[in-house]
Amino acid sequence: MLSEQLCEGIKMIVMDNVTKTYRMGEVDVTALKGISLLINEGEFVSIMGPSGSGKSTLMNIIGCLDVPTSGTYELDGTPVGGLNDNQLADIRNRKIGFVFQTFNLLAREEAIYNVELPMVYNNVSEKERRETAMQMLEAVGLAKRAKHKPNEMSGGERQRVAIARSLVNKPAIILADEPTGNLDSKTGVEIMRIFQKLNEDGITIILVTHERDIAEYSHRIINLRDGLIEGEEKL
Amino acid sequence: MRLRESIHIARRSLMGNKMRSLLTMLGVIIGVAAIIAMISIGNGAKADISERIKSLGSNVLQIRPGSQMFGGRGFGAGSVMTLKYEDAEAIREKAKHIAYIEPQISNRAQAKFGNKNDNIEIVGTTPEYQRVQNAKTVKGNFFSDEDVLYREKVCIIGQTVVTNFFGNIDPIGQIIRIKNIDFRVIGILEKKGSMGPFDMDNRILIPITTAQKRVFGTDYLNSISVEVKSKDVIKDATEELETILRRQHKLPAGKESDFNIRDQSSFLETLEKTSQSFTYLLGGIAAVSLIVGGIGIMNIMLVSVTERTREIGTRKAVGAKRRDILIQFLVESLVLSLLGGIIGILLGVGGASLISKFAGWKTVVSVDAILLAFIFSASVGIFFGIYPARKAARLNPIEALRYE
Repeated sequence: MLSEQLCEGIKMIVMDNVTKTYRMGEVDVTALKGISLLINEGEFVSIMGPSGSGKSTLMNIIGCLDVPTSGTYELDGTPVGGLNDNQLADIRNRKIGFVFQTFNLLAREEAIYNVELPMVYNNVSEKERRETAMQMLEAVGLAKRAKHKPNEMSGGERQRVAIARSLVNKPAIILADEPTGNLDSKTGVEIMRIFQKLNEDGITIILVTHERDIAEYSHRIINLRDGLIEGEEKL
Repeated sequence: MRLRESIHIARRSLMGNKMRSLLTMLGVIIGVAAIIAMISIGNGAKADISERIKSLGSNVLQIRPGSQMFGGRGFGAGSVMTLKYEDAEAIREKAKHIAYIEPQISNRAQAKFGNKNDNIEIVGTTPEYQRVQNAKTVKGNFFSDEDVLYREKVCIIGQTVVTNFFGNIDPIGQIIRIKNIDFRVIGILEKKGSMGPFDMDNRILIPITTAQKRVFGTDYLNSISVEVKSKDVIKDATEELETILRRQHKLPAGKESDFNIRDQSSFLETLEKTSQSFTYLLGGIAAVSLIVGGIGIMNIMLVSVTERTREIGTRKAVGAKRRDILIQFLVESLVLSLLGGIIGILLGVGGASLISKFAGWKTVVSVDAILLAFIFSASVGIFFGIYPARKAARLNPIEALRYE
């Protein structure tokens, strides 16, 4: 199923027959029914699918917020199955940058502190934190807004702060969950351009969306339906 | 994550909800302030009594009119007139175990100096007062046995009288008018302080004979204090006094005595113990209010955890471990309780000094009480903070991120 060309790159995400079963009250619900997936370093991949297709569950597993019920998952050479809460937190901290639909910034804190946050949990010194965060804010064009709080910013600006935050620990992948879902289309385009640029700089990006035109910014679209990969298309 | 970071986060969160933080702290503030104030009052009362015991001399017995305490009730001790000056004379002559004897008659009367006048405790006594009541003159002299014998109109005044009547004038040699009789001031008593609400310095001492014949016109005494030769013979001395006085009062065998003899130092020791247990009781009640304050902290921390579910989710997503979240919320409740504790200590100490200033009660603020209150409020913060903090730490990041 995987093309030879992809096999040649450095493997960032290797999933083999991953399933996920939840217990909802009395019944077991199987959200993922056996997903095998390979994503190489430097790829820009979209995961698409209607609601209930299991894309959120897949995203949670890729993002190490959850572990598979069966099957194996390796992220950047580290097997994730069977890790405990703290080990997962460590992997999220160092290998994954999250960008959420609802931004999830700390409302009481200034933009710069929000960008610093992952480094707070990585024991980086305060001075270094400040410097790195400032660089990242510059990279997303928000250096001047560093001292503003999220509620003083537009949606686009907030999402750019979130992107800066996702970059500070130099993660293996950036995982964006509907990053344009709460933005108007013009701002959405701006955000997607930032992702494109980051990808051109060599960062692996995985985008979860249900909007076709957003997915088209990526190089590969994986279509999910009923907990299985329905098909893949290269752009 | 470093502790400094947790303190920073806690400060942000508490400053973001100033009113709520203050109200939450109020429980701890009141609790701690109450503990400090209560213990200070209790310790003050105890110190007062201890001082009194020291100043009494260890082997003083006090004879007062009226029968013994009976079934827990005193039968009007002091209000019955049975003790006379002759009784004191009889004791002086016959008792073998007694070293000093001090008969006393006291009553309040109007005293005047110039245009100032005041209702003052007038005490008629003998020079033995100095020995038995452990009193000294700081200026001038005590009256002598001759003064007593000749019913001289001389007086010795307490410090309060000095301030109220004389101010900057030297009182020695001045004339005070008591019940329209002129008394010459010959001495000033050393400061005694107050005994609960009683100001022991607002008194005037005069020879007992003068008091009986000229001022109050009565033969009866309010009390006779005796100093026993040694502590070992207190029991013998008590029996001896009993015998002498019963014979003096011509009481037939079987009839109840019309006076009572008290070992005052042992009485005060009991009082000291009582005030000690009273202190514990008050402190205990105050501690309960601190616990209620702790429940308030727990309540608000639980609300805070719920409100900040998404924040917790975000922190966990970017790499916060359970321990990081636990410490963050624990530090927050600890900051609340410690800050409340510190404010409470300040209020308690201030309150104690206000009480001693306005109510005139002696208060003793002990370092122990402050330390106890501080440690107690810290424990309250940890104890009542741990449950909300654990709840926050255990949140599932996926659900927390999705929480509306």
